[in-house]
Amino acid sequence: MKSEASDATHLDGNAAAGALSALFAVDITSAIARCSGCGQTGVFADTRLYVDAPGLVARCAGCDGVLMRVVTTPTDTYVDLRGLTYLKVPNE
Amino acid sequence: MGIVSEGFGGRRRSRADLPPGQYLTQDFPVLSAGPTPHIRTEHWEFVVTSESGERYRWDWAGLMGLPAEEITKDIHCVTRWSKLETSWKGVSLDTLLADVETAADFAMAHSYGGYTTNLPMEDLLDGQAWIAYEYDGEPVDPEHGGPARLLVPHLYFWKSAKWVRGLVLSDSEDLGFWETAGYHEYGDPWKEQRYAGD
Amino acid sequence: MERTALRRRLSWQVATVTDIRPETATARTLVLDVPDWAGHLAGQHLDVRLTAPDGYRASRSYSVSSDWRGDTIELTVEVVPDGEVSPYLVDVVKVGDQFEVRGPVGGWFVWKPEQEGPVQLIGGGSGIAPLMAMLRAHATSGSTTPVRLIYSVRRPASVIFVGDLKELAASEHVDVRLVYTREAPAGEPRVGRIDADVIGQYAFTPVDAPTSYVCGPTPFVETVADLLVEAGHDPARVRTERFGPTGG
Repeated sequence: MKSEASDATHLDGNAAAGALSALFAVDITSAIARCSGCGQTGVFADTRLYVDAPGLVARCAGCDGVLMRVVTTPTDTYVDLRGLTYLKVPNE
Repeated sequence: MGIVSEGFGGRRRSRADLPPGQYLTQDFPVLSAGPTPHIRTEHWEFVVTSESGERYRWDWAGLMGLPAEEITKDIHCVTRWSKLETSWKGVSLDTLLADVETAADFAMAHSYGGYTTNLPMEDLLDGQAWIAYEYDGEPVDPEHGGPARLLVPHLYFWKSAKWVRGLVLSDSEDLGFWETAGYHEYGDPWKEQRYAGD
Repeated sequence: MERTALRRRLSWQVATVTDIRPETATARTLVLDVPDWAGHLAGQHLDVRLTAPDGYRASRSYSVSSDWRGDTIELTVEVVPDGEVSPYLVDVVKVGDQFEVRGPVGGWFVWKPEQEGPVQLIGGGSGIAPLMAMLRAHATSGSTTPVRLIYSVRRPASVIFVGDLKELAASEHVDVRLVYTREAPAGEPRVGRIDADVIGQYAFTPVDAPTSYVCGPTPFVETVADLLVEAGHDPARVRTERFGPTGG
């Protein structure tokens, strides 16, 4: 069973693709992400994305720790990547 | 500003008595930045930590033992919805902080689940802030912050931390979860202080 | 397609509605002309942004339901009750109207014709949209990759793409199964949600090593992804796309 805190209000990391494509030249949703909290490593698209909030919040599917926050104001976009040890993107 | 869609109005109803840029809603939207904590009242506690490190702790029975107030206030979410005359029951922070020895100017509210938000002490006192545990005559739903949430209705509603578990008092201002990601450090809806620098 | 076209920060572009096709009582397909569209992979989505006359803006993500053939793109939208953007797209927009789009985005929930291995598609409600793009790309490319679709709908009248699905199911490489959760047509005894029996009966087995694509409302995707993993499928090969409850 899921942990007691698990509920069904989140989307997949995929859903951040629009906001992230406006910031990065590569597709971050198919990058490999490592959680700086628990070390879980996997494709960003499999993270848990909360969009019904003042900003986008991506959380680790393993520990629910915050991996990334994106807040878009009328003039700027704030990107907080503190919860990620790394993002791995192929060079192609 | 791009293409305008005639006939698109969203679900908004604007009113002159609302803060600028806000729209009226009848329902109670649920905003969540993470999984909803389900805290049983027998495990619940509320801890105020003063700037000298002294801790003041209440459990659920302790909170229930304090004089409660009925509160009816308008609430304003930074995502632009406002809801009028919401009714709550809870304990005033004047009551909770009465015996706390402090000269701190700032507080950081901490929640179950890790959420934080910063507030000036003077906005928590003088009948402006409560620990609310009933909404519309019923226990506050977990999705709305139950068993107890902070209620500071004169500021944008992200300041009214859901699942509140404590306040850490400090002489200096620190920034909370949304305030470190571009939202305004104070958040007065009537001055439309949505984002840092507004 | 030159690399520079892909490696760029995306910006909003103007889309013009060139055709509208009703799908069900609550869903329709908008055919859009987007002059600078760089092409997309089956399964990718885009963001739609609407601006009201007073400047208020709202944006939502929608999967592209068509495969890319060099001209138009299609969005298939179902009304979310009390939603903000979907009622406008389903009930108000008419041919010739314009709005802004940003895309294509998302490189994970995609299927490419050159991809190895069978393809298991499982959709709930309007979660069929990106899966339909994959089925169309499969047909357009002449792929012989085996594809199975399990499509969960409330009742026969809720089936989106009913005609297209019949056509696609005629291919020897494509298997289409409908699962009815509230009301089934005559001759279909089973009414109920997708469960382990349905997965066991209609889905590829773990031995087939399919890549699975699951799209639908969040609780549907949670349930189906869990069923696939419990049936022995490698979680790394189960790709999910959840939608809602984001105010539509």
